[in-house]
Amino acid sequence: MPGLTQRQRMSIPRQGMPEQDPQVRSANFDEVALGFTEELAKREADRCIQCARPHCVEGCPVGVLIPEFLSALRDGDMLGAVRAMKVNNSLAAVCGRVCPQEVQCEQTCVLARKGEPVAIGRLERYVGDYELARRTCPLQRAPATGKQVAVVGSGPAGLACAVDVARQGHRVVLFESLHSAGGVLVYGIPEFRLPKSVVRGEIDYAAECLGIEVRVDHVIGRILTTQELIEEYDAVFLGTGAGLPSFLRIPGINLNGVMSANEFLTRVNLMKAYRFPEYDTPVRVGRRVAVVGAGNVAMDAARCSLRLQRLRSLSASESGDEVHVVYRRSRVEVPARAEEVHHAEQEGVIFDFLTSPVEILGDASLGVAGMRCIRMVLGEPDSSGRRRPVPVQGSEFEIDVDTVIFALGTSPNPLVFLGSPGLERTKWGTVVADEQTGRTTVRGVWAGGDVVTGAATVVSAMGAGRRAAADIVGYLQDVPETW
Amino acid sequence: MYEILRKETLSDAVKLMVVSAPAVARKAQPGQFVIVRTDEYGERIPLTIADFDAEAGTITIILQEAGKSTLQMGRMQQGEAFATFTGPLGHPTEIACFGTVVCVGGGVGIAPVYPIARALRDAGNAVISIIGARNRELLFWEDRMRDVSDELIVCTDDGSYGRKSLVTGPLKEILEQRRHEIARIWAIGPAIMMKFVSLTTEPYGVATIVSLNTIMIDGTGMCGGCRVVLEEGAQFVCVDGPEFDGHKVDWDILLARQRFYQEEERAAIRRWEHICRLQHAAAEGG
Ligand SMILES: Cc1cc2nc3c(=O)[nH]c(=O)nc-3n(C[C@H](O)[C@H](O)[C@H](O)COP(=O)(O)OP(=O)(O)OC[C@H]3O[C@@H](n4cnc5c(N)ncnc54)[C@H](O)[C@@H]3O)c2cc1C
Ligand SMILES: Cc1cc2nc3c(=O)[nH]c(=O)nc-3n(C[C@H](O)[C@H](O)[C@H](O)COP(=O)(O)OP(=O)(O)OC[C@H]3O[C@@H](n4cnc5c(N)ncnc54)[C@H](O)[C@@H]3O)c2cc1C
Ligand code: SF4
Ligand code: SF4
Ligand code: FES
Repeated sequence: MPGLTQRQRMSIPRQGMPEQDPQVRSANFDEVALGFTEELAKREADRCIQCARPHCVEGCPVGVLIPEFLSALRDGDMLGAVRAMKVNNSLAAVCGRVCPQEVQCEQTCVLARKGEPVAIGRLERYVGDYELARRTCPLQRAPATGKQVAVVGSGPAGLACAVDVARQGHRVVLFESLHSAGGVLVYGIPEFRLPKSVVRGEIDYAAECLGIEVRVDHVIGRILTTQELIEEYDAVFLGTGAGLPSFLRIPGINLNGVMSANEFLTRVNLMKAYRFPEYDTPVRVGRRVAVVGAGNVAMDAARCSLRLQRLRSLSASESGDEVHVVYRRSRVEVPARAEEVHHAEQEGVIFDFLTSPVEILGDASLGVAGMRCIRMVLGEPDSSGRRRPVPVQGSEFEIDVDTVIFALGTSPNPLVFLGSPGLERTKWGTVVADEQTGRTTVRGVWAGGDVVTGAATVVSAMGAGRRAAADIVGYLQDVPETW
Repeated sequence: MYEILRKETLSDAVKLMVVSAPAVARKAQPGQFVIVRTDEYGERIPLTIADFDAEAGTITIILQEAGKSTLQMGRMQQGEAFATFTGPLGHPTEIACFGTVVCVGGGVGIAPVYPIARALRDAGNAVISIIGARNRELLFWEDRMRDVSDELIVCTDDGSYGRKSLVTGPLKEILEQRRHEIARIWAIGPAIMMKFVSLTTEPYGVATIVSLNTIMIDGTGMCGGCRVVLEEGAQFVCVDGPEFDGHKVDWDILLARQRFYQEEERAAIRRWEHICRLQHAAAEGG
């Protein structure tokens, strides 16, 4: 409503997100958060006081025009809201769902100082979903320039880069090694947090509006090398993510029933194993699952495990199924978003804090028969500032599990570097690139997203993709002498 | 989409397909593989590149119908197309002039061993090949293998063709008689065969290279589902392999891991056969 006073706006409470009931949702893969209705969205948008210097925007890694889209939204001007959104964010329906808003735009919103911030993420999702359903397509493409750009990896970094470069009239070819574009958005983040139809919708939409050519099934480093791309294209952007899993170096990690979270989540999400045998790829979760680690990936793995167990027990009336998150520090240090932990607990995931695995025990057929763990206490802070977990002598104990999923963080996949000498990398395997421009040590090659920073967030990867796109566009206009 | 240009039935359960995949064919080398998916619902199935023609833009695959996915692929006809055909994946075989080498192909493993034998021969090696199958019906490419080998030994488990023996029989004899001539051995076939070939050659100390067929998903090193345990620790077959030193492989873990989804595979076949019967009945009725 346009006529409200500031005081009136600030007295409106933050609108809650309608959600599926925990009991019901833990036995399905449908989306947990149901989305705002038009009424809820308008009421929430009314809370924004349209700051002259909007701090919310400073908290957003891609600089979404937040007051602009909120003002259009509350005036009921949906097309205006969409247009404002698309200026800086081509994946609104995705970011609105998965951004850790509480440490980004919503943390810096002025209303957060005294009370609760505007629910920017939920409103962003509302606008994104509106546009996906109607496709007003405000993205405009400049006349063709005749230049062409190769983007490797179709995750958030690659997509954001492709969109911005294509808008300027350059031809963009997006190469993806898997059979579906989207990166972690399709293979990692589960359906119940981010429906795959939303990801596909956003990508198809951007590709259609801007004529981006998406080539799936292309593993760069094998079918073509980065070197060949450099020769064929005017610019190359690497957004290949950090997809390499790590395992703890303890005995028993190669037993049957021990998986990386990547394997587990890829089976479940990309291959839709939760719908086996309608889909051909199976996934096996046992009666008692331990997920090792406590980041977002661990929460996703735990919540998927729980759903698979419940789906099975609907037909087999099993009980005694349990999913544990095993974490060596305490609740305070948990790296996952508070909302994810809360959702997981609501659904019945059990958290074992200050617990670290030392061995996975096997049975005669080389399956998992249990896991030996040790208790930890928190000692002095380490270099990351978090208190270092120290094992308690003699405190070893066994937990009864038959499935172990490692969610311990990932590093960049080196395949893309095969046959492409000269690209400098750090000892962690990440690409050395300028933070502002994304330029690597090889002329004509940019990089951004998880492949540069290591595992981070969707929107920070998009930010990196966009900064590189801006630099690529400048470079193509007037190719400089020096790099 | 990747069209099947030609299909050949090598035996009841073994089908050869020539698939149009120009970009893959341009880069393919012996020892590499592709990942194939039939349709939207399909699994990602690794299959060895049995032959390739860069000029024609084709890759030849040979599949042994074993589970639901390979059965379904086996039913596909010329003119139909695969939804996914990714490759070439894995490291190519190290080809050089070693001297005299032995290439062992068991069952459907004859297919991947063929381009390796051919490349080794082209590189100047004397190639002794041993191919084997459970019975005559399952044996194929004897002529092709003969073309690229200086010496070819054919055997079947049941004696219905060639020599009645497992492939390890003639291999042991060769090693007994000519140990010092043999520089390297390649063995491709069922895991159990590769295990026994490796056990056979180990006492003679001849380098033995095996191509492992673990369960895979992405084929790009992203999931770790394909890991094998070697003496030096775990490795990923899809990016570190598929060829490894057979003497270093922990075969028991490999064999156990291959069986992990057996129950699910059986359920999938039952369901699929049921659907096929229904479709068949509907077609008859209509
Ligand atoms: C399970 C999980 C949950 C997460 N949850 C959240 C969340 O809630 N919120 C949030 O903000 N962030 C979350 N993240 C982190 C976020 O998803 C990543 O930081 C982000 O996706 C990184 O984007 P990217 O474009 O750099 O890489 P990716 O999304 O990893 O995309 C890289 C793409 O490149 C492809 N590729 C790799 N190598 C090659 C090659 N050689 N040739 C061709 N293609 C190649 C890959 O297949 C992939 O599709 C989560 C991550 C995971 C794993
Ligand atoms: C590198 C590689 C690539 C592959 N590529 C493909 C592919 O392209 N397409 C596909 O469908 N599948 C492929 N596979 C899968 C796999 O080879 C088959 O599923 C498997 O070989 C079963 O074949 P079979 O039933 O013919 O074997 P069998 O007929 O049971 O056995 C074949 C031979 O193995 C020998 N053998 C069996 N048991 C023993 C033993 N205990 N000791 C000694 N020798 C033994 C016998 O001599 C017999 O001649 C591949 C496998 C490998 C290793
Ligand atoms: S993109 Fe993310 S951080 Fe930026 S405004 Fe949207 S929800 Fe907030
Ligand atoms: S800081 Fe908060 S109140 Fe101010 S413009 Fe941004 S969203 Fe609105
Ligand atoms: S198949 Fe996934 S890592 Fe090898």
